[in-house]
Amino acid sequence: MSLRIVVTVKYVPDATGDRHFADDLTVDRDDVDGLLSELDEYAVEQALQISENSDDDVEVTVLTVGPEDAKDALRKALSMGADKAIHVEDDDLHGTDALGTSLVLAKAIEKAGYDLVVSGMASTDGTMGVVPALLAERLGVPQVTLLSEVSVEDGTVKGRRDGDAASEQLEASLPAVVSVTDQSGEARYPSFKGIMAAKKKPVESWDLSDLELEAGQVGLEGSWTTVDSAAQRPARTAGTIVKDEGEGGKQLAEFLASQKFI
Amino acid sequence: MAEVLVYVDHVDGAVRKPTLELLTLARRVGEPVAVALGAGAADTAAVLGEHGAVKVLTHDASEYADYLVVPKVDALQAAVEAVSPAAVLVPSSAEGKEIAARLALRIGSGVITDAVDIEAGDEGPVATQSVFAASFTTKSRVSKGTPVITVKPNSAAVEAAPADAAVSELSVTFSAQATGTRVTGRTPRESTGRPELTEAAIVVSGGRGVNGAENFAIIEALADSLGAAVGASRAAVDAGWYPHTNQVGQTGKSVSPQLYIANGISGAIQHRAGMQTSKTIVAVNKDAEAPIFDLVDYGVVGDLFDVVPALTEEIKTRKG
Repeated sequence: MSLRIVVTVKYVPDATGDRHFADDLTVDRDDVDGLLSELDEYAVEQALQISENSDDDVEVTVLTVGPEDAKDALRKALSMGADKAIHVEDDDLHGTDALGTSLVLAKAIEKAGYDLVVSGMASTDGTMGVVPALLAERLGVPQVTLLSEVSVEDGTVKGRRDGDAASEQLEASLPAVVSVTDQSGEARYPSFKGIMAAKKKPVESWDLSDLELEAGQVGLEGSWTTVDSAAQRPARTAGTIVKDEGEGGKQLAEFLASQKFI
Repeated sequence: MAEVLVYVDHVDGAVRKPTLELLTLARRVGEPVAVALGAGAADTAAVLGEHGAVKVLTHDASEYADYLVVPKVDALQAAVEAVSPAAVLVPSSAEGKEIAARLALRIGSGVITDAVDIEAGDEGPVATQSVFAASFTTKSRVSKGTPVITVKPNSAAVEAAPADAAVSELSVTFSAQATGTRVTGRTPRESTGRPELTEAAIVVSGGRGVNGAENFAIIEALADSLGAAVGASRAAVDAGWYPHTNQVGQTGKSVSPQLYIANGISGAIQHRAGMQTSKTIVAVNKDAEAPIFDLVDYGVVGDLFDVVPALTEEIKTRKG
């Protein structure tokens, strides 16, 4: 038996950097350092754990859609232990929305061949958290998403989804799309050996024509949503800061009362 | 007037507050038609009618509880086909966003998630979003198909607006995908008796400075004196001091209460992303240099183990 896992990852602007919008109201990816989205590290980690816990012959492929620099995200995932990588890159992809991204990813996943897709819970830039559900819809396979625990055995994926109202045990037959949360387990750091090995691992590059997609289906033009404006939130006006010299609690209560919270 | 579909989030017929907020926003765009699914669906009609729903489409089947997400997408799609609405509004819960996205793809429409406001516009509803850890505000609209928009809790006031709420049964045929993901077990969360974190008017949070699970008792005591929900920073959750369901921040809940009280929280970007849009922010922290103080309306530099219990006592005294 073999198990083919495709992990979708995103190269995002560093959240601790000065993130902003470009003139065309897309996310500026040039002026801010990028990296593998932290939330996708959990997806890579769970894919590797599934691989390590399996008696099957498992192959872990990391897949990203993004500009040239997005290779850094793939390299990081390979150095953690993924086997190979696919980079979908095309100038016409600039400005693609979540629906468009899910189209490109789904085409690439089908072309790569898969039994299990593992994604993070959301990207740290767009933060919509809908791509895994969209992939399941497009691929026509079960959606087993937002898992804080996941396991694969005998062609079945099981997991625990901690929702607001209840914690649910989920189960589906492969092929399936899974997403994992930051509660699924700390992601490993790449070892020196892993970093060296990653340099020799294959990274395939595909463009839209490889996926039989037209420019008009993606990019800003193919987007079904339009951003009309983006404005920096005004800085909060400086508040009152007091040092507690025994009266801090009372002073705070006084403030809360003045604001009618008490 | 055009009709606007509102997906109802309810627990056995008890409608959750964000749905009532959606009705307020929906009335700006058209006449609200509510869609309530699963056990107790018909029981939602009275409260939905009090808040402006002209119609309530209901459907109950075991599939809604036994399988994940897709049966609800099937039903909402059936409602879209029956009503041909001007827009579809869905509460921005994890499940709500998944339902909205799959629906949008099926009906060939764009989707916007996590709106914090909706206004009518010449080219359809305009959604306001708060992005990049709430450092930017964007205005967007759906440019293809029927706009599908998910809206965060606390984005609008709940308003009384009596309407007919004529109940009718929605006809739903489940798709082949509906039974793909089985829910084999469900453990309901134990109620703390406190308000829901994302819906609360006041949130009291604790972070690294709380320094231990047992010390969260003083955070809870302050919360209870104000009738508030309890939140925790990622540092406190990762340390195992408080449950992840209470985490405020990028990978937890995003809250926008009237008052946010941060105790022993430094204010890293991860945390700010989840609370920066709160109306009034108050912090207690030992470190005068903590970035949280850049956000506050009122801050106390001091030991939370002195300040917080004193504050709780003072509140209790004032409230008598």
